[in-house]
Amino acid sequence: MTMRTNHYSRRTLLKGGAASIAAAALPAPMIWAQDIKDVVLRQAGTGVSAFNEVAAKVKEDLGFTLEMTALDSDAVTQKVATQPDSYDIADIEYWICKKVWPTGNLQAMDISKIKNYDKIVGIFKDGKLTPESVIAQGTAPHTVGFVEGPGSTVFSTQDSGWMTLIPTIYNADTLGIRPDLIGRPIESWTELLNPEFKGKASILDISSIGIMDAAMVCEAMGEITYGDKGNMTKEEIDKTMAIFTEAKKAGQFRAFWKSFDESVNLMSSGEVVIQSMWSPAITAVRSKGIPCVYQPLKEGYRSWGGGIGLSTGLTGVALDAAYEYINWYLSGWVGGFLMRQGYYSAVPETSKEFMTADEWGFWFEGAAATGDIMNPQGVKMESAGAVRDGGSFVDRMGSVACWNAVMDENQYMVRKWNEFIAA
Amino acid sequence: MNRFLSSRNLGGWLLVAPLVAVLAVFLVLPIVMIVIVSFWQTTEFSIVPAFDLANYEFLFGSSVTYDVFLNTFRYAAITWALTLGIGFTVSWFLAFHVRSPTTQIALALLCTVPFWTSNIIRMISWVPFLGRNGLANQGLLSMGVIEQPLEWLLFSDFSVILAFVHLNTVFMIIPILNSMMRIDRSLIEAARDAGASPFQIMTNVVIPLCKPGIMIGSIFVLTLVMGDFITVRFMSGSQSANVGRLISNDVGLLQYPSASATSVVLLLTVLLVVAMMLRLVDIRKEL
Repeated sequence: MTMRTNHYSRRTLLKGGAASIAAAALPAPMIWAQDIKDVVLRQAGTGVSAFNEVAAKVKEDLGFTLEMTALDSDAVTQKVATQPDSYDIADIEYWICKKVWPTGNLQAMDISKIKNYDKIVGIFKDGKLTPESVIAQGTAPHTVGFVEGPGSTVFSTQDSGWMTLIPTIYNADTLGIRPDLIGRPIESWTELLNPEFKGKASILDISSIGIMDAAMVCEAMGEITYGDKGNMTKEEIDKTMAIFTEAKKAGQFRAFWKSFDESVNLMSSGEVVIQSMWSPAITAVRSKGIPCVYQPLKEGYRSWGGGIGLSTGLTGVALDAAYEYINWYLSGWVGGFLMRQGYYSAVPETSKEFMTADEWGFWFEGAAATGDIMNPQGVKMESAGAVRDGGSFVDRMGSVACWNAVMDENQYMVRKWNEFIAA
Repeated sequence: MNRFLSSRNLGGWLLVAPLVAVLAVFLVLPIVMIVIVSFWQTTEFSIVPAFDLANYEFLFGSSVTYDVFLNTFRYAAITWALTLGIGFTVSWFLAFHVRSPTTQIALALLCTVPFWTSNIIRMISWVPFLGRNGLANQGLLSMGVIEQPLEWLLFSDFSVILAFVHLNTVFMIIPILNSMMRIDRSLIEAARDAGASPFQIMTNVVIPLCKPGIMIGSIFVLTLVMGDFITVRFMSGSQSANVGRLISNDVGLLQYPSASATSVVLLLTVLLVVAMMLRLVDIRKEL
């Protein structure tokens, strides 16, 4: 508490306003509204949801300042785990949460303060999208979504009232293809290693995600049956990498990609016709007028989810501001913004109010567009009649085969992955 | 003390002090840090100071390390041979065939023009050129030289070496040209008068007198290629590895001690190579 207060006063003093100085010196309820405007929340995250538009809208709607830092997932993991004073809000994926929660640097959130808690989709509460859903392998968000109470470092198996992360953004990933260059239906993950696409396939060179895509392929081929693709044994890792090393040596892959734009270039230049891909990359290829499909596959999707967590250092007015931020996040505007990027909102109902009926139909319900579909920056993406790849929310999020995860054998896996790249 | 102050050494010490200070802070100190960190331990989130040989044990115990070092040497050797060949012939042309000094200077400057843009841009611009549907393949297809696009033009060892040669040849040209320009023309005339063939003049007169230039160019090229990681990553489409990529992967995964250990081994290897080359030619004597 003391550290936080000092920090807050110093910053306020630097800003120099007489009212602010008074507010810091005499924190009385009556100057509350003035006070919250001077709060600066520092958000560190993976960049997936770090849009400047969001920070600008926070300033407009809530009055306080949100500073966003985007880092790659390894760097965020380390920051959250080792430098709790360097951020107020951690915008991380659920598998990162599994890694960092035991360090005690994040505080559990009281769901009674979350207005739209009841409307959050089931995936983040009991793991089930619909009552019949089967929970996928890997680090499913609900398994690390709750702890037993404030201060606890033990994940709770059920809704305990204390949440680790407030879900913000999630999606289902699959392979991207160039339908014009393939010319036949693609239905299974096995196609990535089909010799037909020799020298025209690619996989991403980010070990923790690449291994999952590899596992989806190996399992679809019937070569390996995994106990849990999200937590492989050393033997399973060896077998998976052996199959991919063999394919690499046979010249199956044109290249590996590490950054978003590399994947876009590989696909749009026609160097690659089938590869691991992320949703916005597909949009980027299509916006160049090149056909590209985010192909739904019968084995299902590899899914990921992110959320925001609060640093234990957050107290007092800053903590209240953080709760306001969370409630605002779930109240719809951000959800609508993210849905137009092709992601999903944790509270779809509220987002609906911030989207046109056509947008809602296209992005969420999987219906054919009745007019032009624009991206959040106002550039035309799709014309009337277009249908989203994979269909509706329930179709896509209902066929998740595996969640992004962190394995117990993570270090071993990374070594094996490096061998695969060097092979 | 007085003797020291009055000695002529003082001026020398003062002159060299800024350089010593800069090198000590920005070169020696970081290297010492790297060596120290290479013995530390890592856990999932933290780096623990320790004296532990585990990083080196893992490095020398993995077959990947040997493959990757071998690959690094292979890239360095091939690039060295090609840049030397091109650098030597270009310098020869500039030094002995171009008569007017103005043209000579103009042409030498022309060699450095590519350096006006960024290294990375020069490298990346090969990618669309060599691609499956790139200019090179389209040209060859339309000329009827080939019937199928050549796949090995891009994302292969060929493209890696091509980029290395393209980026580094100028480091060979300039020092060799410099050596050649200093050769007393009367020596060549004397050789010719004594009945030497052009080939003999090259091997017996020009090459020995160019040795320092060749050596300086070689040191540039070898150290640049052995320390590179970005060229290999982009031009091989991440499919090949050299030591630099090994280090950058470790850094990306926050495995600083392991990256440091690899760096120390790479540094020693490069120093060894340079030391061997300096044994062949005494640059100070020759300059």
